[in-house]
Amino acid sequence: MDRVKSLASAILRDWMMLLGLLLLATVFFMAATAPFFFPQPPDTMMGPPLQWPGQYPGAPLGTDGLGRNILAGLFYGAQISLLVGFASVTVAMVFGILVGAFAGYYGGWIDNLLMRVTELFQTIPQFMLAIVVVAVLGPSIQVIIFSLAVVSWPAIARLVRGEFMVLREKAYVQGCIVVGMSDRRIIFTQILPNAMSGVTVMSTIMIATAILMESALSFLGFGDPNVTTWGTMIGMGKNNLRDAWYIMTIPGIALLLTALALNLVGDGLNDYLNPRLRSQRGQ
Amino acid sequence: MKPIRRRFPWAFLAKRVAYGALAMLVIAIINFFLLKLAPGDAAEALAGQAGTADPAYIAQLRAQFGLDQPLLSQLWAFLVRLATLDLGYSYVFNERVSVLIFSRMPATLMLMGAAIVIAVIGGIVFGVTAARYANRWPDRVISFVALLLYGTPPYWIGLMMILIFAVTLGWTPTSGMENVLAFNTGWDRVVDIAHHLILPALAQSIFYLAIYIRLVRAGMLEVLSLDFIRVARAKGISERRLSYRHALRNAVLPLVTVVGTNVGNFLGGAVLTETVFSWPGVGRLMFDAMFQRDLNLLLSILVLSSFFVIVANLVVDLLYAIINPTVELK
Repeated sequence: MDRVKSLASAILRDWMMLLGLLLLATVFFMAATAPFFFPQPPDTMMGPPLQWPGQYPGAPLGTDGLGRNILAGLFYGAQISLLVGFASVTVAMVFGILVGAFAGYYGGWIDNLLMRVTELFQTIPQFMLAIVVVAVLGPSIQVIIFSLAVVSWPAIARLVRGEFMVLREKAYVQGCIVVGMSDRRIIFTQILPNAMSGVTVMSTIMIATAILMESALSFLGFGDPNVTTWGTMIGMGKNNLRDAWYIMTIPGIALLLTALALNLVGDGLNDYLNPRLRSQRGQ
Repeated sequence: MKPIRRRFPWAFLAKRVAYGALAMLVIAIINFFLLKLAPGDAAEALAGQAGTADPAYIAQLRAQFGLDQPLLSQLWAFLVRLATLDLGYSYVFNERVSVLIFSRMPATLMLMGAAIVIAVIGGIVFGVTAARYANRWPDRVISFVALLLYGTPPYWIGLMMILIFAVTLGWTPTSGMENVLAFNTGWDRVVDIAHHLILPALAQSIFYLAIYIRLVRAGMLEVLSLDFIRVARAKGISERRLSYRHALRNAVLPLVTVVGTNVGNFLGGAVLTETVFSWPGVGRLMFDAMFQRDLNLLLSILVLSSFFVIVANLVVDLLYAIINPTVELK
C-alpha cells in the first residue's frame, strides 16, 4: 500500500508525468470505445469528401478525399497503434531479457557470442530491416509486430546484460549460489526483479518508437492493407497537401501526442524508479 | 602542457577490421536466407515480368541462375558474387544493382551529412544554452521542445515543412534535388542543390536534434559541477568561455559515440525523408524497390547499407580515440 501511495504522490508532484498519463488514458479510451462511437468501419464513406473540420456535422474533424470520417479513423487508428506498440515491445522484451540475462549472468564466451549477435542487429539500419522483413513475410499486423520486435530487442538485451553484470557480483546473489539455488531460479527470481526498473523505463519509451515506426511503414504503404492506421491516413492526406492539409495534420498530431505521452510517462517512471538519477533531469 | 602523442593503433585497427569483415559475412548470410524465405524465387519473378508461367521456361531460368543447385553451393556463389560487388541485375530498373545503388549514394550521403551537421550543431548550441540556464525558463522551453520533437513522426514534420515553407511561404522548392530544367552549371548548380537540400536535411535532423540536445544538456550539467570548472570560475573566466571552451570539450565526447551509432538510423530514416521530398537517393530507391517488389534490389540495399554502417562505426571509433587520448584501444 505504501508503494502505491508513494507512486501516487510522485505522480501528483510531477505534472509532466500526469499529463502523459492523461494523454495515454485518452488514447486507450479512443481505442476501447471506437466501435461504440463509430459502429461503421472507419473506411466507409460517411459524408461528402473534403469537408473541413466543423463544416459537416456528421464528421467533427472533417472528411478525407473519399468522404471518410477522420475522427472515426483516429479512434480506430488508436487501436492499431497501441496494439502494435505494446505487442512488439512485449515480444522484444521477452527476447531481449532472455539474451541479456544469459549473457550478463554467465559472461565468458556465451556473453561474447550473444553480444556480437546483438551488435550485429544494431549495425543493420533498423527501419530498412523492418521494411525487408515486411517485404519477405508480407504485410500483416502480425508481421509488422514481428518486424518491429526484431529491430527493438537488441537495445533491451544490452541494458539487461549491463544490469546483470553488476547485480551478479552482489553479495545476495553470491548467497543464493552458496545455498545451492539453480541458475535459472537465481536469474529469474532473484536478479531479474532488480533489473526490471531500467527495462520498464526503456520499454515505455520504445513503445513510442515502435508506434512511430509502424506509422512510418503504413505511411509508405507497406502496412496491413486491411486496417486504417494513423500512418495510412497521413499517407492518403499527403495527396491533398495543398487543398486540404488538415487531413494529414490531424493524425500527425495524434501520433505526436501519443509518443509524447509515452515519453513523459517514461521520464516520470525513471524519476520514480531511479530517484538517485533525478538530479540529472534537474527536478 | 605537452600533448600526449602515441603510436597509431594498428593492432586495434586490425582487430576491428577483422570483426567488421566477419559481421559483413554474417549479414550477407542472413540476407541470403531472407531471400530464400520469400515466396517465389528470382526465376518465377522474371518469368512473371516476361508475362509467362511456362514451367519449362522457369526451369531453364532456374538452371541459368544456378537456382537448381544445392543450397550451400548457392550460398557460396552468392557470397563470391557479393565479394566482387556483382549484386545482379534489376529488371525493374533495367540496370545493374551495384550501378543503381552507387549512383544514388552521393545524394543520400549529402542529405545525411547535412542532417548530421544540423543535428550536432543545433544539439550543442541548444544543449549548452539549456544547461547554462538549468531549470530556468530558457532550459524549460528548450527541454520541452526537445521532448516534443523526440515524439514527432519525422516524415510528418517533413510534410508540414513542405506545407509551410514551400507551399504557403514559397521560400523553398517542394521536392527534388535540383531544378533540372534550368540546366545550371558550376556555382549556380551548387546554390540550387543547397536550396533544395534545406528542408529535407532539417526534417531528417529533427529527431536527432532532440536526442543531442538532451545528451549535451545532461553532459554539460555533469561537467559543470566538476572541480576544474569551479577553479576556472574562481580564476575569473567568463561563463560563456567556461561553457563553450572548458566544459563543452568534455561534455561533447559521448556525442561522438552516439552520432556514430546513429549512422544506421540516419540511413533508415532516409527512406522516409527521400520519399517525402522525392530526393533521388538510396532511400527513395529502396521505397521504389519495395513498391515494385524487387526483392534482390531491396536486400542489396540493406546489405550495402549495413556495410556502410560498419565502416562508419570503425571511423568513429578511431576518431574518438584521436580526440580523447585517455581512451584505451583494445
